[in-house]
Amino acid sequence: MNPSKTINRRQWLKSLQKLSLLALGTWFSPMTVFAKKEEADSAIKAITGGASIKTGRVTLVIPPLVENGNLVVLKVSVDSPMTENNYVKVIHVIAEGNPLPNIFTAYLTPRSGTANITTRVRLADSQRVWAIAQMNDGSFWQGYAETLVTLSACTEVV
Amino acid sequence: MSKTSRTAITMPARAKKGSIIEIRAIAQHDMESGFRYTEGGKIIPRDIIRVFTCTYNNVEVFKADFYPGIGANPLIIFTTIATETGTLEFKWVGDDGYEAVNQARITVS
Repeated sequence: MNPSKTINRRQWLKSLQKLSLLALGTWFSPMTVFAKKEEADSAIKAITGGASIKTGRVTLVIPPLVENGNLVVLKVSVDSPMTENNYVKVIHVIAEGNPLPNIFTAYLTPRSGTANITTRVRLADSQRVWAIAQMNDGSFWQGYAETLVTLSACTEVV
Repeated sequence: MSKTSRTAITMPARAKKGSIIEIRAIAQHDMESGFRYTEGGKIIPRDIIRVFTCTYNNVEVFKADFYPGIGANPLIIFTTIATETGTLEFKWVGDDGYEAVNQARITVS
């Protein structure tokens, strides 16, 4: 038996395995599964009043993989000098997979110094979470983070 | 949930004038979301903290609205600029007449 042939066969199998994993990965990728939900969309509309939202300046940090959705540390920061003439007025956090998309709204002033908020939230599902910041000039900026939730919040029975 | 509960504030006791201080505020509260059911299939009514405010020598410097998406025992970490020596007052207001107040002193040099 030719040894090089068996190696080739093995390598070919390995590459096939990798390829199938890759295909599976794209199939289950959150991008395709979670388009922006209608409820979240209307919640965002209620915030902005239909004004256009620019992407950027807002950073949202949540763990990419969450074991328990009941208590997830969420950090939102907005890139802003926070001076009298240029500051972040409001930060909204919207979870598109939650039964009520609104999570919290924080009102800041130039006296905040920075636009960094950390809190602990509930996530009902693997989803995309949005942060929308309104500046003092009225413009809106947004950022998002994706997460996978293994054990969902709000489904348990007492 | 009772009418009030324990709260805790973590922040520096002294700071340089103009420096940014970090404040951690936590309140003991179930934050009952209103989306859960009892074993009998009855929905548990919503009972959450709605508003958190922070005033610095009676000037409001931070406010947050909470929704059921905030986890139990809500913790919020935010910043403010140490402008003058004085008292920071923290207030949580929620459903069913819930109200909790906490204060912290700061010496600014």
